[in-house]
Amino acid sequence: MATTMITTLDRSSRAAARGLSDISIRNLFIIPTVLFLIVFNIFPLIYSLGYSFTDFRASTNASANFVGLQNYRDLLNDPYVWSNFAITAKYVIISVAGQLLVGFGVAMLLNRDIPLKGLLTTLLLLPMMLSMAVVGLFWKLLYDPSFGIINYALGLGTFEWLSDPKMALYAVALTDIWMWSPFVMLLSLAGLSAVPKHLYEAAAIDRAGPFYTFFRITLPLVAPILMIAVIFRTMEAFKTFDLAYILTTQPTAELISIRLYKMAFQEWQTGRSCALAYIVLIMVLAITNIYVKYLNKVKER
Amino acid sequence: MAHIQLKNISKSFGNHTALTGLDLDIADGEFFVLLGETGAGKTTTLRLIAGLEKPSEGQVFIDGVDVADWGAAERDVALVLQQYSLYPRYTVRENLEFPLKPKIRRLPDAEIKDRVDRAARTLRIEHLLDRKTDRLSGGEMQRVSIGRAIVRKPRVFLMDEPLSALDAKLREALRTELKNLQMQLGATFLFVTHDQIEAMSMGDKVGVLNHGRIIQTGTPHEIYNNPRDTYVASFVGSPPMNLIDGKLVNGRAVMAPLNFELPFSGGAKASAATEGRPLVFGIRPEDVYLESGAPVEARVHDVENHGVEKILTLRVGDTTLRATVPARTDVAIEQPVRFAWNPDKVVLFDKGSGVSLRHAG
Repeated sequence: MATTMITTLDRSSRAAARGLSDISIRNLFIIPTVLFLIVFNIFPLIYSLGYSFTDFRASTNASANFVGLQNYRDLLNDPYVWSNFAITAKYVIISVAGQLLVGFGVAMLLNRDIPLKGLLTTLLLLPMMLSMAVVGLFWKLLYDPSFGIINYALGLGTFEWLSDPKMALYAVALTDIWMWSPFVMLLSLAGLSAVPKHLYEAAAIDRAGPFYTFFRITLPLVAPILMIAVIFRTMEAFKTFDLAYILTTQPTAELISIRLYKMAFQEWQTGRSCALAYIVLIMVLAITNIYVKYLNKVKER
Repeated sequence: MAHIQLKNISKSFGNHTALTGLDLDIADGEFFVLLGETGAGKTTTLRLIAGLEKPSEGQVFIDGVDVADWGAAERDVALVLQQYSLYPRYTVRENLEFPLKPKIRRLPDAEIKDRVDRAARTLRIEHLLDRKTDRLSGGEMQRVSIGRAIVRKPRVFLMDEPLSALDAKLREALRTELKNLQMQLGATFLFVTHDQIEAMSMGDKVGVLNHGRIIQTGTPHEIYNNPRDTYVASFVGSPPMNLIDGKLVNGRAVMAPLNFELPFSGGAKASAATEGRPLVFGIRPEDVYLESGAPVEARVHDVENHGVEKILTLRVGDTTLRATVPARTDVAIEQPVRFAWNPDKVVLFDKGSGVSLRHAG
């Protein structure tokens, strides 16, 4: 039946006059995209898979030697890499949880009739429209120990947000929360406004209190869309690079992507970094899969 | 169970006035039907009683207590809406348990189970208890939402056109069921509908609402036989009451532009005051009958066969009127017939105000 989905070309159209058939027009649109994908995504992906089994270094002229699973074995036995993963996990949990709380909370506040709601929503969306690098640069200024406005406002003196080994990761997560909460808010708002009003009325009639209504009606109905927000944000947070790279150089805030970058372009261990990239890829896929499974379960309920 | 009173209620939404000076008195254990067209203010009235809206003016009393400051929860009413408003993602059982489970008034588990099972039995949805609500048909959903109302044993049942989204057969079945349920529970019901058949068949009392005002309240019998004005006369009954302009001359009804005459037996009512005054004569189609020696000749304009009876549209000059005749009556379109009416059943309305002379006093 798939063929019936393709609209037939109008015989009197100019395209038909030039001798183009439906299929050639379809190909005209699809082939450039497919070529682009192959050249810039699929080819490097496969090529790097090959490199991940070698000791190739892009900085030398030495030819690559096949080393089998050595790179993987080394990486998975390297406690530093594991600590990078632990840092990343901590970062993902803090920043996604923060975004979820703030974003959903703000959405709950906005999900009522208030004046200037549209304007307010638009303004609240601004952070996520900025570029990561810009956000990183000006939060660096905000965090500045000597003239940053955060220390000034909170009266913290010269507290060093970004050079304090304990604080650096939280500072980066805070920036990420500021930037991406609006995204969660936007999705939550969509979810909240889709809950039919008469359900709330029915619940009020059924003498359900605000908490009971929230946990029994609002949350279950918004849960699937919240899950989607969580999936997106987890994947993004997992591969955070620019924000953390710009904000801090603390080893306690060295996310796996920064480690990967250093390994590939500072230490020039191209083969090994390819292997690490594959490990990260597999992890992200695994996490996403778990989420998607859970999402489907939530949807079914 | 409760006695409900609305006193001089007005409600407006912005510039739009939904209700004006509404008075309503629903006795304890009564099945009261609020009948009106779409937009007459029926749902608003219901929502005011439920506490989902606040009146702009006037007071609502439940059992003699002014409930102005009470929320929906405190009023202890149950509301069944036209859109079933079942809680999605829950099973039927969970939906029925919902109103019993909030922490503050949490009942013991055994009691919850007992009530849910009893409600399910009453509504014959026992076999559906473990099903998800989105796998139910319309009729089943509406039963569940009625079930959610009855598990709580509320003081008042409010029903907002609960049957209008259902197909005809089911509507008929649920109509009987609801009426039985009300009698069984002895509960106060306020039932809102635009369907005059529902109103007639279910109500102990019917209130006819038009443009935010109660036009008439009374038993279905009163509403049907003695409508307060031409609006009620034409709204209640299917086919509606025939309304013909005319005058009374010497105790006979003379139809104004057409000059056909019919006997009238209003007796004392047809006093000198009504003599010659412009009137509207109301007669139910079943009180118009065909007879060979009858006083007026008409032509058959249309025939609707309903099985048990035929509804004829008769034409006299430019005026048409409906007559219900037995199905075996043999008539053809354009056939000349003679008809008369039952002079005892004629209702007189004032031409100007539309109010029935019996009600005007």
